[in-house]
Amino acid sequence: MDIHEYQAKKILSDFGVKIPTGGIVYSPENAENKAREIGGSKWVVKAQVHSGARGKAGGIIMCNSPLEVADATDKLLGKKLITNQTGPEGKIINRIYIEEATDTKHELYLGLVFDRSSESIMVVASTEGGMSVEEISKEKPETIIRSKIEVAVGIQQFQAREIAFGLGIESKLISRAANTIIGCYKAFSELDATMVEVNPLVVSHQDEILALDCKMSFDNNAMFRRDEIAELRDKTQENSNEVYASDRGMNYVSLDGNIGNIINGAGLAMASMDMIKLAGGEPANFLDVGGGATPEKIVKAFKLISMDTKVKVILVNIFAGINRCDWVAEGIVQALSKIETKHPLVIRLAGTNVEKGNEILKKSNINYIEASTLEDAANKAVKALG
Amino acid sequence: MSIIIHKNTKILVQGFTGKIGSFHAEEMIKYGSNVVGGVTPGKGGMTHLNLPVFNTVKEAVDQTGASTSILFVPPAFAADSAMEAADAGIKTCVAITDGIPSHDMVKIKRYMRRYPKDKKMGLVGPNCAGIISPGKSMLGIMPGHIYKEGKIGIVSRSGTLGYEAAQQLKDLEIGVSTSVGIGGDPINGSSFRDIIEKFENDDETIAVLMIGEIGGPQEVEAGQFAKENMSKPVIGYIAGLTAPKGRVMGHAGAIVSAYGESAIEKVELLKECGVTISKNPSVMGETVKKVLVENNLN
Repeated sequence: MDIHEYQAKKILSDFGVKIPTGGIVYSPENAENKAREIGGSKWVVKAQVHSGARGKAGGIIMCNSPLEVADATDKLLGKKLITNQTGPEGKIINRIYIEEATDTKHELYLGLVFDRSSESIMVVASTEGGMSVEEISKEKPETIIRSKIEVAVGIQQFQAREIAFGLGIESKLISRAANTIIGCYKAFSELDATMVEVNPLVVSHQDEILALDCKMSFDNNAMFRRDEIAELRDKTQENSNEVYASDRGMNYVSLDGNIGNIINGAGLAMASMDMIKLAGGEPANFLDVGGGATPEKIVKAFKLISMDTKVKVILVNIFAGINRCDWVAEGIVQALSKIETKHPLVIRLAGTNVEKGNEILKKSNINYIEASTLEDAANKAVKALG
Repeated sequence: MSIIIHKNTKILVQGFTGKIGSFHAEEMIKYGSNVVGGVTPGKGGMTHLNLPVFNTVKEAVDQTGASTSILFVPPAFAADSAMEAADAGIKTCVAITDGIPSHDMVKIKRYMRRYPKDKKMGLVGPNCAGIISPGKSMLGIMPGHIYKEGKIGIVSRSGTLGYEAAQQLKDLEIGVSTSVGIGGDPINGSSFRDIIEKFENDDETIAVLMIGEIGGPQEVEAGQFAKENMSKPVIGYIAGLTAPKGRVMGHAGAIVSAYGESAIEKVELLKECGVTISKNPSVMGETVKKVLVENNLN
């Protein structure tokens, strides 16, 4: 789960990381007052959307007066921001963060992630702040500092100091920088985060070390014990079909193609999408209804796929194990008696009692194309596009 | 032989009396697995499915001599149960549970390191289908009848894609020595490398089918291990060719976040390691067959 910049900054500041003074607003009037309240003579107006690269997309505006702040807020609120990470549909701007401008001396990069190879927490830092970590690895790989943190004991002062010295920070600011790194680590480890990225982390002309922009992601699997984080979820930043699916316990990812998929199991779902592509088509979605593929889930899955206007053909691919094909087939028949679908439907069943399952489908009055293998199913789905 | 589980492997079920635990314990018993009891804290002394229930794993191990456990404990308590198994001297623990937080997984793995090698538990999963040695024992949630007894080792992150492979092999009359689901989570117990090493050392296994997907370094690490250390052919398939970058595809671990983690990159890197790639998921069985013929192993 992702959160907004202002939420991430609040969390970091609770862990002792310095952030510029700022506040969240929902209207231009509030924005003007907020700028006055923050004080100073320069402000930054920042669109709060779940995406990086907001600056290049026009989502970050420098202002020289509270009136300009109000104008900039007015310009952004309610608009969709299209960045190179949001896709062409963009993301709606409902919240604006107003911040005092920072007098920046150096821009640094600081990130924390799980390292899947060493199964530890990895701190990644670079002197080249402001660029994405991918750009840094490509263009300035020699500037990257990596430090593995042993989770049983957590980050040590010396590790944080090493990173700070590695970033070329002046001696008098080393302990300040080390505490910033330790604060980020604590936020990561104590709140079930999967990513903390401060980019840029800046050294100001006033010798302060500040998190100027911050992204945080959290482990969805840990939300049962992180109410305070779960509350930060902003569903307006997610694809509405994906929200519908996640609220109903299904794994769904919206894609650009026109063949809708209903599949059990994440691996089989990815494999079916790949087969569609190899057959010359494009999947409209990834959908894993779960290993169980109960009739209720199949009904929900059909509802979800029918909500997607891109879909022209529906492909159902179920490998029934413990839940036999005859039972799955009954679920499909049940679902189609409740939902009308005008699109061609390709069904491939495999596994336990496959003959019985296919017989049930044939005897029903549903109009469908039967497929035997994964390849056959994909070919027939592409052909059904016409 | 087979790997990890054999005909007489004594099995404990953690989370035995729950709905899911009960259902799958019964399926395992029907298959012929040697389930000797279960653990549900607070229900010790009960009898469930005609088997004893214990309060602690230690007690269960003491009284039954079990070496292996399967875990159906809910995510919030799963890490605790896995560590309890490790401390009680369980040799292999299969965690079926889906949804264990990554921070907990890192802790489990760190905890297991406290034991010397000969006392260290092997963890398989979580979020996996488990292990089956066809005709001998089933320690998982798979449909046992789709696996024919034989000589191919299967290791897969995905459950259903592993079933798909077993079925394709069966249709070609090719059997399986052991099939291991290592699960779809970003931090897991056993890696592809851990499992293919066991297959290399297993007399009965003649070739290995490795079914991977996008995300993480494990497929490529296994490929490098195979190149340097394996005499047996390895056949690979990687799912997720069409998966967009940076999105989680169902499995928490199926996300492309670095170089070498996309399907295309993994396929290229595996080919360089001498792994034969199944060009699509519909021909995993045929690809295995072709490799067997080429190596005079059929």
